[in-house]
Amino acid sequence: MEIAYFPGCTLKTTAKSFETSALAIAESLGLDIKELPEWTCCGTVYSLAEDDLMKQLGPIRTLARAEGLGYSTLTTLCSMCYNTLVQAKQFVAGDSVRLQKINNFMEEESDYTGTVEIKHFLTLLMELGLDRLKEAVQRDLAGRKIACYYGCLLLRPESASIDDCEQPQILEQLMQALGAEPVFFPYQVECCGSYLTAVKPDIVARRAYRILENARENGAEAIITSCPLCSFNLKDRQKNIKAIYPGFKDIPVYYFTEIMSEALGITKTVENS
Amino acid sequence: MRVALNLQDNLLKKVEEISGENVFACYQCGKCSAGCPMVAEMDLLPNQVIRFLQIGAGEAVLEKRTIWLCASCFTCAARCPKGVNLARMMEGVRVTILRQSNADQVTPPEMVKEPLPQIALISALRKFTT
Repeated sequence: MEIAYFPGCTLKTTAKSFETSALAIAESLGLDIKELPEWTCCGTVYSLAEDDLMKQLGPIRTLARAEGLGYSTLTTLCSMCYNTLVQAKQFVAGDSVRLQKINNFMEEESDYTGTVEIKHFLTLLMELGLDRLKEAVQRDLAGRKIACYYGCLLLRPESASIDDCEQPQILEQLMQALGAEPVFFPYQVECCGSYLTAVKPDIVARRAYRILENARENGAEAIITSCPLCSFNLKDRQKNIKAIYPGFKDIPVYYFTEIMSEALGITKTVENS
Repeated sequence: MRVALNLQDNLLKKVEEISGENVFACYQCGKCSAGCPMVAEMDLLPNQVIRFLQIGAGEAVLEKRTIWLCASCFTCAARCPKGVNLARMMEGVRVTILRQSNADQVTPPEMVKEPLPQIALISALRKFTT
């Protein structure tokens, strides 16, 4: 069964390595994933205003397009895209008036009816099963201590969650399947500051500092994430952290697919970038 | 803190209408403030935002930094024992201000001058501008 893949903007720029590694993994595991043609922005953050239908057009347009092309499942890599699409789907589910209005806006698309299922790439991997992933391992990651950072948008709100929203296990199980050792990491579901990074970088740096130090205190040598914005805040804001906390030492942050493709023998060892 | 009470509080009605939430469902347990990642930077606790709305002191909330520091991470909503979605209410207050003032809270020149991922830029503009 072919699955539509919605990249979203950042996967084509700052998170290029995320896309490249994920698509290579999909290919090696036999997942039939095809990029959605002519996709548009998902809307980035889900609008929480009940009366603002205009902000739902982005995600619904994407879902309408996937549906119009006959796909039953749409997958995303970016946590933000995932969350926005899922919440938009829920926004119109069971509200025919809203749905009708939104469909009326999009004359050139086929009408969205709500059938497409949105699954994060992690969910697809879990459906393949951990045994299948274990078999695919070429280079065991034994001894690698990894802190699995989920952030917000894979888990909250609960209606959009891919796992338990307080104590998720998916990334830990994935890392264990690859032979790595996930560390105890209480800050795994703490928000990194999200889009405030564009206006209040110091606040984000203070947030990121606590998250990174918590990972380090628990023995992690690297952190994994599935969100390009979390990645930016945890990785690129480390220079801001040093300005506030001069004793801070760098800690590498990877996308989970980068670590995974290394284990599956698809790429060379991930360098500390 | 002294606040003026306005018992014909139109702000409360607006926030409830925009967010779809019932402000009076909250019984002030404080779990939202306990778990809020931004609380250390705030000038009004998240549970106080709701309390102010409840007692008709919503006008005082509009002046605070708190509503603009909320990053919509939904931690409060996930942990609320009464099923109140405070993240939605915060958005309700933000949207009310943006619509009434018809002025952007943040303009592009005020944003950080460095290469950002698009999702940071677009999200911030969506949250802080009309």
